[in-house]
Amino acid sequence: MITETDLLRHLGGEAVDTLDETATIAIDAVADIVTARQRGREMALRLGFSETESTLIATIISELARNIVLYAQSGEIKLERATSGERRGLVITCRDNGPGIPDVQRAMVGGYSTSGGLGLGLCGVQRMVDELDIDTKVGKGTTITAKKWLY
Amino acid sequence: MDVPVLKQRDYLIASVQAVLTDRDLVVLRDRLVEQVGYYRSVGVILDVTGLDVMDSFSVRTLRDMAHMIRLRGADTVIVGIQPEVAFSMVQLGLSLEGVPTALDLEEGLAYLDSRPKRNHTRTK
Repeated sequence: MITETDLLRHLGGEAVDTLDETATIAIDAVADIVTARQRGREMALRLGFSETESTLIATIISELARNIVLYAQSGEIKLERATSGERRGLVITCRDNGPGIPDVQRAMVGGYSTSGGLGLGLCGVQRMVDELDIDTKVGKGTTITAKKWLY
Repeated sequence: MDVPVLKQRDYLIASVQAVLTDRDLVVLRDRLVEQVGYYRSVGVILDVTGLDVMDSFSVRTLRDMAHMIRLRGADTVIVGIQPEVAFSMVQLGLSLEGVPTALDLEEGLAYLDSRPKRNHTRTK
């Protein structure tokens, strides 16, 4: 949402920090996977990631969003700007109330998949991001937080 | 999103011009596997220039498609993989395993033309 302050800053010609925005995309169907990765790419580009890194980020979001559709049927993906001192980046948070991951260690190993996928979802994602946190409870759901810093 | 499929000589050319959902990809796969028989095509060129990402699902679906088309007696060549997409695929360890690729449509046609000719008993 654009506040009055934002508008005034904009009219004043000052650099407007539109990157404070966060985007939450509901994931309920395969079409939402596309929406999530497109929003992710746009946000990554605005944050200053290169075209190549932004495509990689979009691919990661696509994998994470598909995990939600495949295992939990529905959930959400939140995209927000990350800051830590001088560093800036993107945080991708995937939340669902699905079945949870019974064996996280095993799910992280390449080749493991219970859905007939390629089995490189989580393992591939982990290699590509700077920080990955998985909070999962069987029967309750999963929250995966992935951070990618801008260098 | 419907992907246009053109018949060019005894080849089929499908150009992905917009972002595809998982379902669109599966529909495209099934349609091409079927049309190879309908048009008696011996080669299929799939132009993926318009695909925004190639993730594990799209790679697997395209690979399956090429193998199915092979079983139907035609060859598939995938063209137009963009540099960023190629980068992401390699980084994520995604491989099209043996499915031929070429730079663009022109190279794709050249690839199909370069295959050994079959006996033309059917056309003579």
